[in-house]
Amino acid sequence: MPRVIDTLRLTAEEARGLLDRREVSAAELRAAYREAIDARNDELHCFLTLVDDDGNEGVPIALKDVISTKGIETTAGSEILKGYVPVFDSTVAARCKAAGLQLLGKTNTDEFAMGSSTENSAFGPSRNPWDPTRVPGGSGGGSAAAVSAGLTPWALGSDTGGSIKQPSSLCGNVGLRPTYGTVSRYGIVAFASSLDQVGPVTKTVRDNALLYGIISGRDECDSTTVDVPAVELPDAEDLKGLRVGVPKELNEAEGIEPGVADAVRRAIGLCSELGADVGECELPRSVEYGLPCYYLIAPAEASSNLARYDGVRYALRREADGYYEMVSRTRDAGFGDEPKRRIMLGTYALSAGYYEAYYGQAQKVRTVISREFAAAFEHFDVLVSPTSPTVAFKLGEKTENPLAMYLADVLTIPPNMAGLPGLSIPSGLSEGLPVGLQLIGPQFSENTLFRAGHALERAIGFDPVPERLR
Amino acid sequence: MAEWEPVVGLEIHVQLKTRTKMFCRCANSFATEPNTQTYPVCLAFPGTLPTPNETAVEWTLKLGLALGCEIAARALFHRKHYPYPDLPKGYQISQYDEPLCLDGRFTLPGPDGDSEVGIVRAHLEEDAAKTIHVGGATGRIVGAAHSNIDFNRGGTPLVEIVTRPDIRSADQAKRFLQLLRQTIVELGLSDAEMEKGQLRADANVSVREAGETVYRTRTELKNMNSFNHIARGIDAEVRRQIATWEAGGEVVQETLDYEVKSDTVTPRRRKEEADDYRYFPEPDLVPLEPAAELLERLKAELPELPGARIRRFEREYALPFYDAEVLNGSAALAALYERVALDGVDAKAASNVLMNDFVATGVDPAVVNAQELAKVIGARATIPRATFAKALAESGDPEFKADAYLGEALVADASELEPLVDRILADNPGQVAAYKGGKEGLLGYFVGQVMKETEGKADPKVVNDLLREKLG
Repeated sequence: MPRVIDTLRLTAEEARGLLDRREVSAAELRAAYREAIDARNDELHCFLTLVDDDGNEGVPIALKDVISTKGIETTAGSEILKGYVPVFDSTVAARCKAAGLQLLGKTNTDEFAMGSSTENSAFGPSRNPWDPTRVPGGSGGGSAAAVSAGLTPWALGSDTGGSIKQPSSLCGNVGLRPTYGTVSRYGIVAFASSLDQVGPVTKTVRDNALLYGIISGRDECDSTTVDVPAVELPDAEDLKGLRVGVPKELNEAEGIEPGVADAVRRAIGLCSELGADVGECELPRSVEYGLPCYYLIAPAEASSNLARYDGVRYALRREADGYYEMVSRTRDAGFGDEPKRRIMLGTYALSAGYYEAYYGQAQKVRTVISREFAAAFEHFDVLVSPTSPTVAFKLGEKTENPLAMYLADVLTIPPNMAGLPGLSIPSGLSEGLPVGLQLIGPQFSENTLFRAGHALERAIGFDPVPERLR
Repeated sequence: MAEWEPVVGLEIHVQLKTRTKMFCRCANSFATEPNTQTYPVCLAFPGTLPTPNETAVEWTLKLGLALGCEIAARALFHRKHYPYPDLPKGYQISQYDEPLCLDGRFTLPGPDGDSEVGIVRAHLEEDAAKTIHVGGATGRIVGAAHSNIDFNRGGTPLVEIVTRPDIRSADQAKRFLQLLRQTIVELGLSDAEMEKGQLRADANVSVREAGETVYRTRTELKNMNSFNHIARGIDAEVRRQIATWEAGGEVVQETLDYEVKSDTVTPRRRKEEADDYRYFPEPDLVPLEPAAELLERLKAELPELPGARIRRFEREYALPFYDAEVLNGSAALAALYERVALDGVDAKAASNVLMNDFVATGVDPAVVNAQELAKVIGARATIPRATFAKALAESGDPEFKADAYLGEALVADASELEPLVDRILADNPGQVAAYKGGKEGLLGYFVGQVMKETEGKADPKVVNDLLREKLG
């Protein structure tokens, strides 16, 4: 009697239990997810590439398409990388393989992870499983929507300004953007090197800790990585002894929807009920200057990182008579509007005569932001805020206004600028759509975030299955 | 007419011969099939990251110490952007305002005393790949039918050394580069062969009238691939600049190529705007902070450098500067010389033999048994010239023994040589008459005839005496 596998509800931890106890086979598990993909991917467009059996026998996983996978097309959501098949595995893909995880496929992303809705993907947007007329967030909307819709038990994303946390918030998932330097960037198609970080998108906080344990740790191929404290699987049900700070500016920023603010306020109330000491704090410069500085640093680094796409060695080439004309035609055809916009912004910010005023100044402000957070962490173990100022917005709602789109990350960017870890967990619904709660900790405090996130998750009792799919 | 003084600064690039490349694990070796020593990192595949080669960092520090530089407590890699097909990332990882080695002084011994060349900086970077333009007349990108890129060279560790404008002649520039090359080779950092592109040098050239204290506009001279070409290129540019100034013209800042065939310089196509490399700190790498213990160890490991050794040779062996410089053109030759000279052979005689006769044999000085060679050199006056040459030529054999050559003594007995001398004089009455008429240089002709007949075995001193007596 074959067991019915409900992929909408099955957590990765439970899936692993089924495999360990031989209640299902790896093939059966894979088949169940493939069936869900076949049923719902046409509508949601989570996957860009599906992978046939890769021989692994563990829990299935999906990887954002900025993560290089040997022998499997990796496009970063860009026309310029269409058909590009890496000859090597990224470190995180290799670690997933080594842990036995079987790859289901590669998920959709805004082009080069630049965006907050997946509408910048050259291959069309993904849709939010809670309401397919709405975006799943971005850039990692494919991974978040896939987890939410039961197309994979868990997935990896990458987060530069909020590309794990924000889509997790909009899709009702748990998303961790780890401390900068804890997860290798080797093989991750680079957007902004000093900000990019890979992390897990899951249904539960425990799943998140499990996956973070698999991918994190020093990697000799990425010299910015460090040794990481052993990951502890959270099981505490209270928050006794935890000092929770509520930064005024992150909770009262312009543009936070009332429904979002309400859900977050309720979660903060739960913190007190669970035994945490809750207090207010301030991050005056982080919110005011975080976003503008991010939009100098990230495009500057992007303009440099995207200089390698010249049509010479791989992927797209548009032939022309001369080298420079060939490069120009290739890039014009291969890059979408958002990468072009950021290449121009970034090139300008790094130009002689402007460097000090823009890139140099933004880096100095970044130091100020780090100090401001460090000061707050003298009094608090965890800071909380909404992850996204809004719930999922409609497709097309912000595509004509890049600045409005950029504001989707106004709350996730400040801690990212300081290299801090942030965990987004669902904290309820507003207008029938998930609201995310952002938990921010000091560097290397992932275990604290997992502990707090797990206790809150239990207390909130959020049902991660989209109502329309239940 | 005014007296003009050349002002020259050099920019030198040296490829380090580390086992692997600067930022990946590809083999770093010369002359293999194109694009066989490549890796996702040095081909700039998406997502790849650089990991610095620690040996290359150590070697740069070692060179910095040899150049008398200060070593930075904290150094950074920067990205230097420029679009070119041989630069796969679109930027070169280089160093900018925080290099590893700063502010050195390199002492250049010369025939008229030491001169000092200031070192602005020595930094570490990665080499570009090699572009081969196919078709077209000049081998340059202009007019080429297509271009091939060999990425084997891409990512080779490269040290850039920038000197102060302290050089005052083409000859001094050449001697500086030779001694720098010798220093680098002896430190084991590079084979530094210019024809293989392992050492490349550009020159910044200006001139000024004697007594002027400010520098005039300089030009950058490129495309010179031997020390001689560099010297000739500098001379040509100095001539051109002097002529320009003297004609009432103005030297403009530009980059020039030296054309060997015509011995002239030609301007490169001028760019419409100045280069903007958009430098920024390489976010994929952490700052370099050389540990104090490492620097102590590297200092302790520094051998005696060739510049210092030249002066010591002059002092200890009473050699002329010329000899000391030539003998120190190779560490192995210098070492062999010292062992021979310490074995009691006359220092100047040993120098003459090693600089000329020995070097001409092509024998590797490193494999020669110095004691046996010293015996041969010591007995030079008493063995036939051909035998002596044969001994030098065979001095690299593992079985080389001086006794094998010393046994063959010269014929020094005058009574044995006298009949031969008589016959030669009788056979050449014309020359004898000429000699007696005052052409005393003909003595050498008669000596040569005797040597020829005796196959070089006659003692030249005895033959000379005998001839003088007979002709006198």
